[in-house]
Amino acid sequence: MTQISLACLAHARSGDKGNSANVGLVAYEPEIYPILVEEVTEERVKAHFGGLVRGRVERFELPNLHALNFMLYEALDGGGTVSLRTDAQGKVLSTALLRMEVQVADDIARRFEGRGFIPEGWSPEGA
Amino acid sequence: MADRDIVRIAGGQGFWGDDLDAPVRQVEGGPIDYLVMDYLAEVTMSIMRKLKDRDPASGYARDFVTLMDRIFPACVERGIRVVANAGGVNPDGCAEAVREAGRRAGVGGKARVGVVTGDDLMDRLDELLEGGHALAHMETGEPLLTIRERVRSANAYFGAAPIVEALGRGADVVVTGRCADPVLTAAPLIHEFGWAADDYDLMAAGVLAGHLNECGAQATGGNAMPEWWTTPDYDRIGFPVLEVESSGAFTVTKHPGTGGRVNRATVTEQIVYEIGDPESFLTPDVVADFTTIALSDLGNDRVRLEGIRGRSPTDFLKVSIAYTDGWKSEGTLLYTWPDAVAKARTADRMLRDRFERLGFRLDDVHTEFVGWNAAHGHLSGDPPVDAPEVQLRVAVRSSDRASVERFTREMAPLVLTGPPSVTGYAGGRGRVQEIVAYWPALIRRDAVDSLLRVEVLDV
Repeated sequence: MTQISLACLAHARSGDKGNSANVGLVAYEPEIYPILVEEVTEERVKAHFGGLVRGRVERFELPNLHALNFMLYEALDGGGTVSLRTDAQGKVLSTALLRMEVQVADDIARRFEGRGFIPEGWSPEGA
Repeated sequence: MADRDIVRIAGGQGFWGDDLDAPVRQVEGGPIDYLVMDYLAEVTMSIMRKLKDRDPASGYARDFVTLMDRIFPACVERGIRVVANAGGVNPDGCAEAVREAGRRAGVGGKARVGVVTGDDLMDRLDELLEGGHALAHMETGEPLLTIRERVRSANAYFGAAPIVEALGRGADVVVTGRCADPVLTAAPLIHEFGWAADDYDLMAAGVLAGHLNECGAQATGGNAMPEWWTTPDYDRIGFPVLEVESSGAFTVTKHPGTGGRVNRATVTEQIVYEIGDPESFLTPDVVADFTTIALSDLGNDRVRLEGIRGRSPTDFLKVSIAYTDGWKSEGTLLYTWPDAVAKARTADRMLRDRFERLGFRLDDVHTEFVGWNAAHGHLSGDPPVDAPEVQLRVAVRSSDRASVERFTREMAPLVLTGPPSVTGYAGGRGRVQEIVAYWPALIRRDAVDSLLRVEVLDV
């Protein structure tokens, strides 16, 4: 087994609902979905976010879309207009979740390593 | 009801402040039957209420009127109907302004404007509270009475029925206040295909279509992660166009020649955006089950969605209430290499010591080091070694306005009294902002249904 960043295995989008946020986590390939189900548990996500999420974490499964949805309760310091954070609406809690590390089989790690990141040699002016 | 196989519904606006030209591109860039625009986020109503308090003729998204000036003739000529929640807290005022725009644009006598009112509960709050509607906070359970005096706006999210009625009575443009966002797209489908209100699978299909339309380009490659660096032409990104069949199945696409992209990844990211329990996506007309969606990526910027199931809605509508909740402000300073983070941290400590010594009554002081940990907090790890620069951002919140006022005078002195190599205070003192907080509640739908009014007027 190898440890790998979740950012190599899945993409995500997050947003707000009052003082709570949701993060939708989508597997890059169907074969990754069972790994997400196994590895990215409510307990681990709660521990990962630590003080950023004051309430509980609830997980929902969308096997049809190879996606998980996480509700992060009391995660926005009071919510959109009350919060003092730059990210008052939790728009980048998505990438915060992708910082998590998970265990995968060696061949998966080899194939997915670096996915989700700009390839070397890229420039904003185009190749 | 029109005799069509496919209804093309284009999303033109994801929020109040979105790309002003996008709706024009939607009208000009290819065939569409409807253009729908979502202007209202959770707290937009309170901002509009503030505007209306100052000027009773305002309180709606003025952008929409400016837009209709530009597109009204093309819409009338091509039979494109427009549905928008641009009415904010003054749908009548907005509809009147749209009619004027129509006359300016030369479509007087050739078009009709529908307006839906009745979502605004502000003037009926006490009556509702006395009638036993507690309007308790959905997350905390607190009754509204605890903040009654500070309420600034209260609006119910209504369903598709009044918009369907306006379309049925011949409205070419429908202006609403608060309604559930997906309803803007669902209503034209119900109107066109004659879908029955108790055919919940079809209602769910309409809601899903609305969910794909309501955030504009977020469904078509905007703000989408997978290989974002290969996204074509962000600068002329295509907004979503949904080709909906009478069965409820639909294809998400965009006009040819536009930027962005539509594929499994971009559409899936939007499906999971701002949802809770995917088996119970609650709307006024249906509880939709997102775990029943079958998605196929057809290639060429086309994704087909079908099979979604729905069940009957609850007896409640959501109410969005805004209330004042103290004051806040923020200030920033930029510290540079060498030892940028250490300098910014020293300045932060100085500030906090001063707040304490001066006896500021602050409910919360929040510090971020932009360039290191502003977005991800402790997940950002240790400060970057040898950072070229870091911005100190300090924000405070208090129920005591004077303390927040005093805070705004504390950042600037650090330029001369604290750690060196600091800049970026040209903007002057921070602004003191009144906090308008959000109070989501539920109300029995029969208390609202009878209030909804539809009017259809000639331009």
